[in-house]
Amino acid sequence: MYWKKLIVISFITMILSLHSNNIKAAEECFEGVSRSIFKFNMAFDEAILEPVAKGYSKLPKPIKIGTSNFTSNIATLLSIPNNLLQGNLKQLGHSTGSFLINSSIGILGFLNPAEKMGLTPHKEDVGQTLAKYGIGSGCYFVLPILGPTTTRDTVGLLADTFIDPFAHVTIREKELLGASGNTIDYYSVKGITAVDFRSDNIINFDSLEKNSIDLYSSLKSIYLQDRERKINNSSDSQDDWELDN
Amino acid sequence: MKKIKIFFISLIFFLYTLNLYAYSSDPRDFVTELVNEAISKLSDKTLSTEEKAQFIEQVALNNVDINALGLYTLGELRKSANKEDIKEYQIVFEKYFLKSLTSRLTDYSSSKFEVLEADIKSSNYTIIKSKMMPESDDPEIKIDWRIYTKNPDKPLIRDLIVEGLSLARTQKEEFASILNSNNNDIKVLINKLQDFVNN
Repeated sequence: MYWKKLIVISFITMILSLHSNNIKAAEECFEGVSRSIFKFNMAFDEAILEPVAKGYSKLPKPIKIGTSNFTSNIATLLSIPNNLLQGNLKQLGHSTGSFLINSSIGILGFLNPAEKMGLTPHKEDVGQTLAKYGIGSGCYFVLPILGPTTTRDTVGLLADTFIDPFAHVTIREKELLGASGNTIDYYSVKGITAVDFRSDNIINFDSLEKNSIDLYSSLKSIYLQDRERKINNSSDSQDDWELDN
Repeated sequence: MKKIKIFFISLIFFLYTLNLYAYSSDPRDFVTELVNEAISKLSDKTLSTEEKAQFIEQVALNNVDINALGLYTLGELRKSANKEDIKEYQIVFEKYFLKSLTSRLTDYSSSKFEVLEADIKSSNYTIIKSKMMPESDDPEIKIDWRIYTKNPDKPLIRDLIVEGLSLARTQKEEFASILNSNNNDIKVLINKLQDFVNN
């Protein structure tokens, strides 16, 4: 079953790689549907995510920092195989070292002593790895709850669950180095990560919402720029001012 | 004697007004001076919201290349649209930009600012890399400033890149989406900007 799914993902990736270079990132697969899903996501955010994030933001700072460190440490697990697949040995060292130090000395990742030792792992996922292999982003669309994505990033999102050791232990309930878990653990961590992120961006998001004349397009631009930045591991913006003199 | 006194007082006031919001011509010093003055004014609790908004508007009008930013955000349409429409667009874009900017800075909380390096891209552009350090425990924010240096005596800000996200590019892509959905009709964009300004 596992191998069947992996073959399907590999097949989709291959198809994507054959066609993606002809599609610009900004192109939409089905904008009308995406805009409808976006409206649903905004309603979900207003009704559930934002109130929860606002409540979360009122928690004492050490709890918030500890929670953020904990989820980041778990996310580092996904970066380890991706750094390996990308051949980025320096980042492989950073992500592996950071996870080992924070999980032990850092008390299950609630503290971040690795950062003080100079270990600064970048978050890497399969979408970024596919981009490093030269696969284009494909078209842009919006997923319910999960938000903005591209064809490549959606394939990557599915593939993530196959190579992420945390997903292996939780979703597939396989024991790994004595650690075990279940699906609820996986989605709880993902949910807390989302709340933590939303809480960090309450003011930014309010400001964007207040100042955008088309919020859907602003978020699309921000998502695509952020993915470019993560793929290139750089904070330099790929804009086109030079062409405009 | 009284007339001479009034003349001198007027002259001093005029020269002071000219120097107000005028910063160094060196891009690095220009950004440092501008941001430090902005931090000082915006975190000054004795100033009213209106006074802060007025300050932001004056600084933006004198130091941001709003005309070029307006044309950039219009994309390819700036080459094909008629001059009258572009003129109308630029007038409303300036109002939109100033309103949006003052709104974004309303909830400003005090931060420390540091310029890291200046990266000269060409004779026209220098990127000033900087970081903002909030006084709370929030993480520092990397900000790159795209400074237009075609006139070396008068550097102008054309873009801010916050943690890799270009504000100008975001704006351009937002406008492009509106234009694409409306047969590239610049009037629709002008009306939307006007609605934003009026509300």
